[in-house]
Amino acid sequence: MSAPAFAQPRGSIVGARGQRALGRIALYLIVTFLAALFALPLFWTVTTALKTVQELFVFPPTPFPQTLQWGNFPRAWTFVPFGAFYWNTALITVLGTLGAVLSSCLVAYGFARGRFPGRTILFYFVLSTLMLPPEVTIIPKYLIFKELGWLDTFKPLIVPDWFGGGAFNIFLLRQFFMTIPRTFDEAAEIDGASSFRILWMILLPLCGPALITVAILSFLNHWNDFFEPLIYLNSPHMLTLSLGLRHFLISPADGQPKDHLLMAAVLMAAAPCVALFFVAQRYFVRGIVMSGIKG
Amino acid sequence: MARRGSSRRALRSAIEGYLYILPWIIGFTAFTLGPMLASLYLSFHHYSVLGAPRFAGLDNYIQALSAKDPLFWMSWGRTWGYALIFVPFGLSISLTLAAMLNQQLKGTVLYRTLFFIPTLVPVVASALLWRWMLHPDIGLVNYLLWELRIPGPRWLADPSTALLALVGISLWASVGGSRMIIFLAGLQGVPEELYDAAAIDGANWWQKFMNVTLPMISPTIFFNLVLGVIGALRVFSISFVATEGGPAYATWFYMLHLYDNAFRNFLMGYASALAWMFFLVVLVLTMLQFKLSGRWVFYAGEEAKD
Repeated sequence: MSAPAFAQPRGSIVGARGQRALGRIALYLIVTFLAALFALPLFWTVTTALKTVQELFVFPPTPFPQTLQWGNFPRAWTFVPFGAFYWNTALITVLGTLGAVLSSCLVAYGFARGRFPGRTILFYFVLSTLMLPPEVTIIPKYLIFKELGWLDTFKPLIVPDWFGGGAFNIFLLRQFFMTIPRTFDEAAEIDGASSFRILWMILLPLCGPALITVAILSFLNHWNDFFEPLIYLNSPHMLTLSLGLRHFLISPADGQPKDHLLMAAVLMAAAPCVALFFVAQRYFVRGIVMSGIKG
Repeated sequence: MARRGSSRRALRSAIEGYLYILPWIIGFTAFTLGPMLASLYLSFHHYSVLGAPRFAGLDNYIQALSAKDPLFWMSWGRTWGYALIFVPFGLSISLTLAAMLNQQLKGTVLYRTLFFIPTLVPVVASALLWRWMLHPDIGLVNYLLWELRIPGPRWLADPSTALLALVGISLWASVGGSRMIIFLAGLQGVPEELYDAAAIDGANWWQKFMNVTLPMISPTIFFNLVLGVIGALRVFSISFVATEGGPAYATWFYMLHLYDNAFRNFLMGYASALAWMFFLVVLVLTMLQFKLSGRWVFYAGEEAKD
């Protein structure tokens, strides 16, 4: 990324100072208003999650609960097998992400450094799958996993990641490998290092940021995935968070409104992704910008 | 001698190369290419999971295209309606937010974070959150409208507003995300000299935006436009969770129709035909992208050089 372009006060040529200051203030007001608008639904989710059932139906609604009902969180956790949902989602996410990172690393290395016939054509195949909507292949995949007896297990959600790791991840890591001068490899080769050793000892330590980016994107994809778990998972104790959240809608055990518990559950489901963002903010931005380069 | 040695080395390195990409070759064959072909095969058959597939010729395609399945064209209509509202609004809001964040405000990081956080909320969670926000009677949105003396619609419960409500939810959940960040990077890449030159010519901020900024980042916009349309056509989860395709099929998107036929009615052959027709639409859009955008071509040229 280049330096911010708007830093210098270019406007001095254009207009009077006061007019500019007024413009700045207006801009601040608009941006603050918009930011508040974006944050409002999340604020409302937090507030709702901390209310009593009675407070849900007060009109006009109160912005803050009378007393904070922290008990809603453990209640939401036990109302549905939330612990199991959490564990399932975490397991799928961690194993899937691990597979995606390792596998895309090897494949990207092969495409970046390998010299073999058909490399360019095969890489075009990788690129073409970037545009392929996964829904197009979902029916045969379902039938394959049915034949294998993998339905209602986590395997369909994890195993494919270990075979290739996703076209975009391959693409991104290959781009990164190609920015590393080949002279690095050649020096190691002269010292007798194998190609795997070159990857492991020389290239990988240089692409930490790219690996973290791939890991983050893969983590979010797995954590948020809805379509595939919906198709492959059935038993209540096998569900992921995205599937399990709907249980607050479809299982009104006592007919009581569950909206406060649902909002607590929504917050708990979203928390890891938001936390990841705050821990690794710059990798998010970097990864996104790299994905934009693809254009 | 030396030549034989080097050719053996080349062979070994070629084998090694194939070994590195082997996981992808297996995965591509088993989970992409194979299923693609299987799906094409199934689309010409009747198949209900039980029993063997029965050859159907073009029946499945005819059933869809000739409106024997009335939901087919309707679901396309809903889906394109969604995409054609969502994408232009999404792009222009993202671009506007990026342009505002690019003005060197104090607290830019905080603003950027506030715009970005909704994109981190899982789709299902945001669908459920907005069901609550848009509750016709006790939802916050209708309360705020009531304060403004505007009668609140029934949002997700009303066929005439449900689609727009879903567009709104998707906008909230996406405009501050990757697209905004990409636009921001694009804006920061516009050379300062161009603005200086425009300023000397007496251009105001709007003229600068229209004549400098927009042309400079148009490749980014175009790329995101086509990609955005493809992504929007795949809309599924938000309606599956928030409206279940209703009310009165108002949000019955194409993917919902596919899911319904494949995994509720187990009409796997018909659903495969639906999948292939979707693929063809995406293919046409992608080719449009290739044809109209020079940047992929540029990239391909680099590729060949290596």
